[in-house]
Amino acid sequence: MTRKPWLAPLLSALFFALFVGAWYLATTASSGGAGAAPAMDPEYAALMGAQAQAGGQSAMPGPGEVAAKIWEHVSDPFYDRGTNDKGLGIQIAYSIARVLAGYLLAALVAIPLGFVIGMSPLVYKALDPFIQILKPISPLAWMPLALYTIKDSGISAIFVIFICSLWPMLVNTAFGVASVRREWLNVARTLEVSPLRKAFLVILPAAAPTILTGMRISIGIAWLVIVAAEMLVGGTGIGYFVWNEWNNLSITNIITAILLIGLVGMLLDHLLAWVARAISWRE
Amino acid sequence: MSAALAPVVPLKTQTRDPVEAAPPPSAGSSADKKGPITMSTQPFLKVEGLKRQFPQPGSPDPAPVFEDVHFGIERGQFVCVLGHSGCGKTTILNILAGLDEASAGHVIMDGREVRGPSLDRGVVFQGHALMPWLSALKNVEFAVRSRHPDWSAKQVREHAVKYLELVHLGHALDKKPAELSGGMKQRVGIARAFSIEPKMLLLDEPFGALDALTRGSIQDELIGIVEATQQTVFMITHDVDEAILLADRIVLMTNGPRAKIAEIVVNPLARPRVRETLHQQPAFYTLRNHLVDFLVKRSREFQPGPGWDAKNPPLVHPGQSSQPA
Ligand SMILES: Nc1ncnc2c1ncn2[C@@H]1O[C@H](COP(=O)(O)OP(=O)(O)O)[C@@H](O)[C@H]1O
Ligand SMILES: [Mg+2]
Repeated sequence: MTRKPWLAPLLSALFFALFVGAWYLATTASSGGAGAAPAMDPEYAALMGAQAQAGGQSAMPGPGEVAAKIWEHVSDPFYDRGTNDKGLGIQIAYSIARVLAGYLLAALVAIPLGFVIGMSPLVYKALDPFIQILKPISPLAWMPLALYTIKDSGISAIFVIFICSLWPMLVNTAFGVASVRREWLNVARTLEVSPLRKAFLVILPAAAPTILTGMRISIGIAWLVIVAAEMLVGGTGIGYFVWNEWNNLSITNIITAILLIGLVGMLLDHLLAWVARAISWRE
Repeated sequence: MSAALAPVVPLKTQTRDPVEAAPPPSAGSSADKKGPITMSTQPFLKVEGLKRQFPQPGSPDPAPVFEDVHFGIERGQFVCVLGHSGCGKTTILNILAGLDEASAGHVIMDGREVRGPSLDRGVVFQGHALMPWLSALKNVEFAVRSRHPDWSAKQVREHAVKYLELVHLGHALDKKPAELSGGMKQRVGIARAFSIEPKMLLLDEPFGALDALTRGSIQDELIGIVEATQQTVFMITHDVDEAILLADRIVLMTNGPRAKIAEIVVNPLARPRVRETLHQQPAFYTLRNHLVDFLVKRSREFQPGPGWDAKNPPLVHPGQSSQPA
């Protein structure tokens, strides 16, 4: 494997070509053929009505059309022609801003609170039942409550991100802090290290890899949730864009947005992975 | 004194009073100690009636790991504790360090009772206990900074480098523990403990996990630093030769539970001891046989004889009594 570093990328390219080829064939095949069935959802065909029946072409866009659309978006990502017609760049920027706001707020709460929980078995026992009940709640279930109490859809979306990023960071921080090696704490004790110095110079670096794992899980969940949250609250964001394009029946735009969501999600994950590598230590 | 010849103490006991000075191991370093020791009533470190029980489910009064442990350490003395695994050596060291609390008894160091850890006592842990996210230098600097919060970064660094150079790690300052061998990690641990210049050093089997060659060279470094600093040391080991090489007094512990201090052996070999020539001295094998005999047999079978007093464990001089006729 190490002697043929080009093998994996070559295989990736091959898979991609196969996928695009299959996609092309499926969308250009005549609608009469049974082979085009996957692209011809009956409900969708009914919605498309005349066009689907009249044209021999599938309603599903082919790779060429999607590529053209992507190019269109890439060449002009930030146009703004009113509420329902903004560039993909603007929409994704709204989503990223909401995710970062909710995520950073959650980190600000979860990491100090996790520290306290991890350091004190008593606080851990006292808070454990609440965490156990709150953690499995789908973040979207909070949405109506948030809309009712906050009365602002944008802030409600941020709140939903906050609540879904909170738990992995909280639980991981508490676990990381609680499992700091006894011997390092003993070193700190024999050196009469002050509590603050101990927290920042011993416990934090010792627990950092575990905390970062929680932060990485959180950013992944936040990015999953933002699309759904924006579909609900509307207005701006990539989630709203997808929903809006569904109403416009623009499948090319939806596919373009889906790709973009995946791409940004990957970048966020890589960013956190990079930070995790930077602070990780090896024994 | 007839009790001294009882089977539990096969070699003739010269004295039962630890306060009474033994012949000075070396004329240079200990001559000045002879006077004060005979007169002072309190040794530098005094352990009195120490006992430790660990709570066990379903037993309201579990057998203590050890009880009735009494001994003293003079300033500048190197004391090794020898005993089988599980007899409570680490527990005693943790209590001396202030990391653990005794169920009964107390420890007095330099006139003050030990309550909790202190910078006065440096500890070298059984596992090296280095922080893996810090380089060798930063690990030592962390300790120096704790000792001297008011020092400048440059002072802290120079002090830390000095101690790392003492253990011959001047070339590995910026290496993380993961990049160091077991022996080098243990050396950093020693440099860290010495760098705070404590009144007393506690070492818990520091060389247990090392190969013989590495162990030998670090022991030599330790001898060098201890000679140079006149450090008071309490060290745990289960290696007889290590105890003979390093210790002025060897505290022999019986097997647990209810472990006791059977006796305290005075090392007759003069300091500084050199590994290469040590075994050529006639007293060496008498001492070694005495210690090995204790480990293989008497540590298990030990029963307090009529003359044995836990408050004053017998002080034994194996080398001097030679062969009892
Ligand atoms: N925290 C603890 N809880 C219960 N038992 C313990 C604890 N620490 C040590 N022990 C017991 O005390 C005994 C002595 O342990 P230790 O001091 O580590 O022995 P040594 O260092 O001589 O090998 C052992 O039997 C061990 O099981
Ligand atoms: Mg031990």
